[in-house]
Amino acid sequence: MALSKSRKLLVLLAVLVVVHVVFLFVRPTGASAARSPSDVNVGIVFDLGGRGDKSFNDGAYVGGTRAERELGARVRFIEPGDGSDRESGLRLLAAEGMDLVIGVGFIFTDDLTQLAKDYPRTNFAGIDFAVATDPAGNPIAPPPNVAALKFREEQGSFLVGALAALESKTKKLGFVGGMDSPLIVKFEAGYRAGVKEVCPQCTVLVGYAGVTPEAFRNPGKGKELALSQYGQGADIIYHASGSTGLGVFEAARQTGHLAIGVDADQYAEAPGHVLTSMVKGVDEAVFDVIKLVKEHRFRGGIYQLGLAEHGVGYVYDAQNRGLIPDSVRSRLEALRGEIVAGRIYVPSTR
Amino acid sequence: MAALLFLAQTLRIAIPYLFAAAGGVVSERAGLIGLTLEGYMLGGAFGAALGSYYGHSAWIGVLSGIGGGALLALVYGVSAIRFRADQVVIGIAINLLAIGLTRFFLRLAFGSSSNSPRVAGFGAEHAGTGVSALLSNPMIWLGVIAIPVIGWVLYRTPFGLRVRAVGEHPVAARSVGIPVPRVRYSAVILSGILAGLGGVYLVLDQHQFTDQMTAGRGFIALAATIFGRWDPLRVGLACLLFAAAETLQIQLQGAQLIPSQFVEMIPYVLTIVALAGVVGRAVPPAALGKVAE
Repeated sequence: MALSKSRKLLVLLAVLVVVHVVFLFVRPTGASAARSPSDVNVGIVFDLGGRGDKSFNDGAYVGGTRAERELGARVRFIEPGDGSDRESGLRLLAAEGMDLVIGVGFIFTDDLTQLAKDYPRTNFAGIDFAVATDPAGNPIAPPPNVAALKFREEQGSFLVGALAALESKTKKLGFVGGMDSPLIVKFEAGYRAGVKEVCPQCTVLVGYAGVTPEAFRNPGKGKELALSQYGQGADIIYHASGSTGLGVFEAARQTGHLAIGVDADQYAEAPGHVLTSMVKGVDEAVFDVIKLVKEHRFRGGIYQLGLAEHGVGYVYDAQNRGLIPDSVRSRLEALRGEIVAGRIYVPSTR
Repeated sequence: MAALLFLAQTLRIAIPYLFAAAGGVVSERAGLIGLTLEGYMLGGAFGAALGSYYGHSAWIGVLSGIGGGALLALVYGVSAIRFRADQVVIGIAINLLAIGLTRFFLRLAFGSSSNSPRVAGFGAEHAGTGVSALLSNPMIWLGVIAIPVIGWVLYRTPFGLRVRAVGEHPVAARSVGIPVPRVRYSAVILSGILAGLGGVYLVLDQHQFTDQMTAGRGFIALAATIFGRWDPLRVGLACLLFAAAETLQIQLQGAQLIPSQFVEMIPYVLTIVALAGVVGRAVPPAALGKVAE
């Protein structure tokens, strides 16, 4: 007498389909039907590490929120998980018709290149976009709707290297890198060059946490690398290793030595133990590219942001002023002038 | 002096392996594959960060870390014992679940899906890197005794005998009145607690939780479990060997004599050589991975 099993299933399916169709017409609160024409809609997809890394991604977040405030842009942030989520995050934003989609980190390079072809009318920007080179070593231009925002990390690293060498008592410096890759080698090369510039007899100990992207979030390894370098006589360590560097600061706290932060001001990680930080103007770059889109002046291409463009620099403020004597400070500013004027060339490879 | 520093670093690196491998031995001897060690560690690490942050005490962190590891182990136990799911498949799922859950709750608790704020931990500022700093950390002590204690439990207690019995021949064990599922549940939860403590060590040493900070240590511990042929003493030595290789790798990098990519390979090459060559045929517990009847 009772409905047969398959009949019940059919009824259930029918009900579900009806409910589904009804929900298609329900608009979530907060979602607006049409955008006002003056709006700039921006999507930002964060790198591994995500919000709260107190460096790279937070820089992009600051730039995005500033654009919301000052330019009236509407910014959506996506924090992806592993591997494939990254591409789908970008694709989602592009498919939603964003005016500008920003991928934060070199890891987005391939995805952005592909998506730019799939969505030729959307503007894309890649922070640290890794520009490909042809066999002769000449850069291959990214697709015309992609802005490759690159920083001359080697120039900022050069200055903190010089600072470290001037401050070092043991004449031994350390460097802890995340994933052994061309991007991180830029930091190492610039740092070494800066050390050698002011102190030819100084030595630099180098350690990398690994050869995969996981090397950017292994603070345990970072701490051991740093402890080992401090143990071998280094008294200042510069890190370019994402969350792995949190272990470097922990080692600095534990041993009472100094460390140098990266990408953003990392003084708060270990107050009193952070000599300075090599800062990348990720916030400025994000803000500027959003501004370009808003003013319809966006152009694809390669943007190199160095000391001259204030794309990189080092932190010198009330917190660490006590650690840096005026004579050292003026020496660094002289070096900065030399680099900007092109009289000092900073290498970006080993 | 240099030798002492080398040993101290080896021990520090070995502690998470020792905890997790002790868990691996218990789980695998009871017949449950230890693929999930990585997930337990991550769960333990996150539990420790939560407990230490909200409880303002490293010891509360230890307790809640134990809870984190045990919780994931319970999920694994129920799936594998009660529902007889394939242990390899469910093991991989548990590891992915641990990554997702920790990230989700990290976001919920601290508003970031990558890092927690600074939490209480062991080890004072300016404690140095010497032996005294090492000995003042209670987690080091716990890690060192974990393997001997597990050895004692497995070979000297009735519970250990039952664990070995259900891992070798569950049908025979049941025929003599051993409650097979109950023993397996106990073993798997004990394994979750132990591996969780490995994650706790990492967090309390860093004073911070970082997304996926275990970075594959659970799998190295599993390799050590197999390399040591499921015998606690040998497994402990395997952990120390892997840690020594990593220390060597770190020290060699500083000297820059060999390209870093090559140095990076040392622990992995050692694992392959050890598993393929030195150990010979490793005979696992007979009922490992099999569904209990």
